[in-house]
Amino acid sequence: MSEFVSFKIDGKQCMGRAGEFIAEAAERNNIYIPTLCNYKGTAPKAACRVCTVKVNGRMMTSCSTPLQEGMEIENETAEIQDIRSGIIELLFAEGNHLCPSCEKGGSCELQALGYRFRMMVPRFPYLFPVREIDASHPKLIKDHNRCILCKRCVRVMKDENGHSLFAFYKRGTKLEIAIAPELADKITDEVAQQAMDVCPTGALLKKRKGWDVPVGKRMYDMKPIGSEFEQVK
Amino acid sequence: MSRKITIEPVTRVEGHGKVTIHLDKAGEVSQSRLHIVEFRGFERFVQGRPYWEVPVLVQRLCGICPVSHHLAAAKAVDVIAGAGNGDGLTVTGDKMRRLMHYAQFFQSHVLHFFHLVSPDLLLGVDADPAIRNIIGVALQHKDLAVQGVMMRKFGQELIQATAGKKIHGTGAIPGGVNKNLSIEERDHFLKGADPLNADKMIEWSVAALDLFKDYYGKNKDMIDGFSHFPSNHLSLVRKDGALDFYHGGIRAVDSEGNKIIDYADYQDYTNIIGEGVKSWSYMKFPYLLSLGEEEGWYRVGPLARLNTCDFIPSPLAQKEFEIFKAHTNGKPNNMCMHYHWARIIEILHSAEVIKELLEDPDLQGTDLVATGERKDEGVGLVEAPRGTLFHHYNVNEDDQITMCNLIVSTTNNNVPMNKAVNFVAKAQMTGQTEITEPMMNMVEVAIRAYDPCLSCATHALGEMPLEVTMLDADGNEITSRKR
Repeated sequence: MSEFVSFKIDGKQCMGRAGEFIAEAAERNNIYIPTLCNYKGTAPKAACRVCTVKVNGRMMTSCSTPLQEGMEIENETAEIQDIRSGIIELLFAEGNHLCPSCEKGGSCELQALGYRFRMMVPRFPYLFPVREIDASHPKLIKDHNRCILCKRCVRVMKDENGHSLFAFYKRGTKLEIAIAPELADKITDEVAQQAMDVCPTGALLKKRKGWDVPVGKRMYDMKPIGSEFEQVK
Repeated sequence: MSRKITIEPVTRVEGHGKVTIHLDKAGEVSQSRLHIVEFRGFERFVQGRPYWEVPVLVQRLCGICPVSHHLAAAKAVDVIAGAGNGDGLTVTGDKMRRLMHYAQFFQSHVLHFFHLVSPDLLLGVDADPAIRNIIGVALQHKDLAVQGVMMRKFGQELIQATAGKKIHGTGAIPGGVNKNLSIEERDHFLKGADPLNADKMIEWSVAALDLFKDYYGKNKDMIDGFSHFPSNHLSLVRKDGALDFYHGGIRAVDSEGNKIIDYADYQDYTNIIGEGVKSWSYMKFPYLLSLGEEEGWYRVGPLARLNTCDFIPSPLAQKEFEIFKAHTNGKPNNMCMHYHWARIIEILHSAEVIKELLEDPDLQGTDLVATGERKDEGVGLVEAPRGTLFHHYNVNEDDQITMCNLIVSTTNNNVPMNKAVNFVAKAQMTGQTEITEPMMNMVEVAIRAYDPCLSCATHALGEMPLEVTMLDADGNEITSRKR
């Protein structure tokens, strides 16, 4: 059994297992640290940086930093919140996120974090990049306008042999997700729905369905993101 | 010396437009135009989007009657999704959509009558603009203003119960709806505490009709003679000729009531309707192809609907319909201000249908979505509060929209509104040396009768800056007036 360690988040004494990641340990102590690229049960990527915390005075990503005895972690300080808010705003500004007509609205983690951080207008100029919608797959649409390159789909969606159904394609500002051509047939209706659920935004959409969950019953309609941990306090 | 008068923006209508009136050297009105100065571009930027997205996306072009766009688009994608041409939905799906739609009719018409038009009726078209608005009505006729607000609230909350949100809901999806109406929701509207229940809404609708008829009795000459000219009329009607806001076939009648088209399948609308363009307006000029662009223009909206339908399928509204029809001996009514009369009859009809639907147990059904063979093209029509609304989409094999054509209600009324402006301008301004504020308002009163939604997106309510400039034939400013 792992060794238990004690640590503090914003002065609160917490317990966790040595080696587990800070974000996981925080949840078990009913403290919410926002994440976007992180996905339960999958190795962390630390791609989005939204989970940034200050550990013993240094900025670290909580999804990928192993817990150690005596860590002093700053989570909800004004400085950290401003950094996270800035990252969220950057994600909105560098893509084309038109929430009013996105069917992931209400269940979108990026949108939910925008609300959590009370984002009104990004402090950064919108880039309005020209991006394509790839609807060529019979079961799935990729809307690159909404992709934040978190790599969740690449890391989570795999076939029975452990091969990723998705991959990164191109480089730099043109980087985008692609469906692995040789595995495209493995994306059934069910897999497409899983991919849509795994995506934190509306970049992956199962075809020929939409808005089947009424307003009021979507994931974040009733409970704001993070509230499942915070309400236990 | 010739003059040009500009009314910009037109007030107490939805959206932004302006009017120009040209007076020749003899002081006669030589030309009047209602200019639509906004360009929305929805038809272009929905291209590439998946077809099931358009009922939610395209409704964003309007904040007053988005349900109309939501449902017209949904009906078009029903066809694409293989759920039939208005006849393939489940019973619950069809009735939930109808409830959403009639709730919207109720609130939209109420907004127009109480908030936008009642200042003219109750305070006078020549009243001081400072009080000739909904606030002025609230100060002098508090009970009536409260009725208007509560009636709109009832309609909006019913939209929320069916579409998920009061504005820009998501209730209609390809092939049906995403929710039914719970018993609790039903009882809230059917048996809600006074005044928010269906019976009170019917009672207040009758009262609104009485208010108009009382005003009409005292101002008959003005109402009848204000702006009247013959036209064709077009709307959807039910197969048996009944008034139906949600589904039917296209019927068009001429100014004498002769049927030009009867119960035509709207999937074939491109062989029925043509769309003309003019260099001075972003709005198109639809016309009946069989009559040509010059003769084929038509009215839509409440007046047109009561001119095309044979009867109204609800008892109280039917009684009022008979009185309305008797006024013109059963012939089509071509009097512009009678739009208001027709609109309030439709408020009453909507309230009656809402009550009937609320009492229907089919709304608690659980079979919500129908499916079928996928098609590449779909047309959806509904009667929006302001008139017949056309949505037409083509999709490619990857399910993306490749073509979108929208003919919104106000577009259908483009020619009649221009004619109404011209009629009133000639009557009010010919030979006048000074253009007064009441004269300008009279022009707006004519436009307002059509309840235009000029942009289907932005909303002008109450007083806005209005500037009239008189120019000579060379374009030099002679005088200007601001309010």
